[in-house]
Amino acid sequence: MFDPHVPHVAVIDQRVQESPTIFTLRLQYEDTRVQDAFEFDPGQFNMVTLFGIGEIAISIVNDPLDSHFFDHTIRVVGRVSEGMSKLQPGDHVGIRGPFGRGWPMEQIKGRDVLLITGGLGCAPLVSVIRYLMRRRDDYGRISILQGVKHADDLIWKEQYSVWSAERDVRVLLAADVATQSWQGQQGMVTELIAQLPLRPQRTVALLCGPELMMLAAVANLREKGVQDGDIWFSMERNMQCGIGQCGHCQIGPKTVCQDGPVFCYDELADFFGAKGF
Amino acid sequence: MNSQDPQVVSRRPGFLTRDALQKFFIVLSQLGYQILGPVVRDGAIQFDTLSTADQLPRGVSNDQQPGHYRLEQGDNQRQFDWNHGPQGLKPLCFSPREVLWTEQSKPPAFNPVPPSIEPTAVIGVRACDLAALAIQDRHFLSGSDPDPHYRQRRESLLLIGVDCARSAATCFCASTGDGPALDGGYDIGMAELDEGFLIWRESDKGRTVIDQLDLLPASDAQLETMLQSTTQASLAQQRSLPDSDELLLLYKRLEHVHWDNVAERCLSCGNCTAVCPTCFCYEASHEMSLDGETAQMIRQWDSCFSSTHSSMGQFQVRSTIKQRYRQWLTHKLAGWQSQQGRIGCIGCGRCITWCPVGIDLTAETVAVLEEGSLDV
Repeated sequence: MFDPHVPHVAVIDQRVQESPTIFTLRLQYEDTRVQDAFEFDPGQFNMVTLFGIGEIAISIVNDPLDSHFFDHTIRVVGRVSEGMSKLQPGDHVGIRGPFGRGWPMEQIKGRDVLLITGGLGCAPLVSVIRYLMRRRDDYGRISILQGVKHADDLIWKEQYSVWSAERDVRVLLAADVATQSWQGQQGMVTELIAQLPLRPQRTVALLCGPELMMLAAVANLREKGVQDGDIWFSMERNMQCGIGQCGHCQIGPKTVCQDGPVFCYDELADFFGAKGF
Repeated sequence: MNSQDPQVVSRRPGFLTRDALQKFFIVLSQLGYQILGPVVRDGAIQFDTLSTADQLPRGVSNDQQPGHYRLEQGDNQRQFDWNHGPQGLKPLCFSPREVLWTEQSKPPAFNPVPPSIEPTAVIGVRACDLAALAIQDRHFLSGSDPDPHYRQRRESLLLIGVDCARSAATCFCASTGDGPALDGGYDIGMAELDEGFLIWRESDKGRTVIDQLDLLPASDAQLETMLQSTTQASLAQQRSLPDSDELLLLYKRLEHVHWDNVAERCLSCGNCTAVCPTCFCYEASHEMSLDGETAQMIRQWDSCFSSTHSSMGQFQVRSTIKQRYRQWLTHKLAGWQSQQGRIGCIGCGRCITWCPVGIDLTAETVAVLEEGSLDV
């Protein structure tokens, strides 16, 4: 009988230090049958176990076409992620997943895509950016707005410049605290929305980051004429089971781990930003 | 006349004398079941292993009020005259604490830990607890990832229900449609009379047992007593919940002043969620062995009233008691409707009885639904 609670062993193939506190693990299931069966959508997540310490929910950041491995970009925020930061190639972790509902990539084919990320919420959307770049003809104009607290927090700098060189792709960066070498704007990422030449009827906005940032972004997008049904965001809550069972990640009648983590604004409008939900 | 009543027609019960109850126990044992039934322990009705029918309480009833539970010893011979104790069937399928798997780092491996189970007959199951079990079944077994631990425990049960012939003051199952008469979800049904029991099979599993009992024909008077007992128990209920559609309005009352009023009384102790037969929250946590080589994943009941329930690192989504009580009540009575197609309350009233300060879910719900006092 399949047991959704029990992880499979995965081995670390590569490890990249992205910033002083952010690292990426490239993983492969030890059991090739499990690896072969592993399919996911951008925006879905895995439960990753550090032996002896605990399990955390981490989004998958590579492209679904990469069938021989999967990547997790992790920031050190607690006990488990700190322990994971010390792992090296050849070390093992446990993996359960993928879980949840990802971004509506099929549904939004042909549309202009506006990606807004703040803080360190970039990981779940990086998978989308990569997905779009690999299928460039399937989508309209692409705008990437990335905000960070401190200019030094920006990771994947080279990738941003590669992406911005693509046809019909615009990349705008903002840092709350800028440095001398910072080439983006100083301030909040949501302030960049006003600068965009948006085509509101054609635009779908995908948001990821702190909820206050996303709330502000929703207000700015609505002002620009983007429809509620065209605004999507990825939510974060205490997630322990990944299968809608343990009850921790509920927001109103929805579970973030199963109904989300990606939601359409319409679905959560009554609770998004309501304190205590 | 009674033979035409739909309940009588569907049940077609036979009669078992009180002395013959021991025969029922023997048949269950011979069929390989361990028997769980009500006993008086720590001043409350609790389910425990039984070997003979004599171990069932006699003449024990209960007084339940908000924040109050006392057993009362009467001079009758009835063995199911009590309503329900603090726990229903939940701990039998959804274990309060269990190991889900163990892990070892060298060589790296994760090993499932199946629960140890044996066929178990539970005697004295109430209609409300069967309704709660159906809700838990949907939660743990429907969908793409049925829970193997829950399923193995659930499948090991033979459920012997008993109609409630009286209601406690905290009962309101009639208003949620979940009692006091048995209505599906059990294997064998019983109705207690002064002189013995009416007994019938509800499932094929139950038939195997019933076929081995020498039941006497039930008299018209006995059938009449069976019907009247549950009708009277229903009419005697003092509490009720508004209908499901009205309860959906709770989500439109998130800023009602009454949430503050409840929060001033609520201790956030989690008693209500521990005794609630539908509450399903659990915490999964790693426990490392002292040698550092192995660890186990423990699952244990959690509560949305706990400080860690909504924890996200250094931030709690629900840091106040008001937010936690609101989460519990709105989820139970409104959120479950879209998740499960019905409210998450089956009217047992345990949360009222076992609340140390006597907070009454039915009264708080009505107060929040009252208009004109929005906290704006």
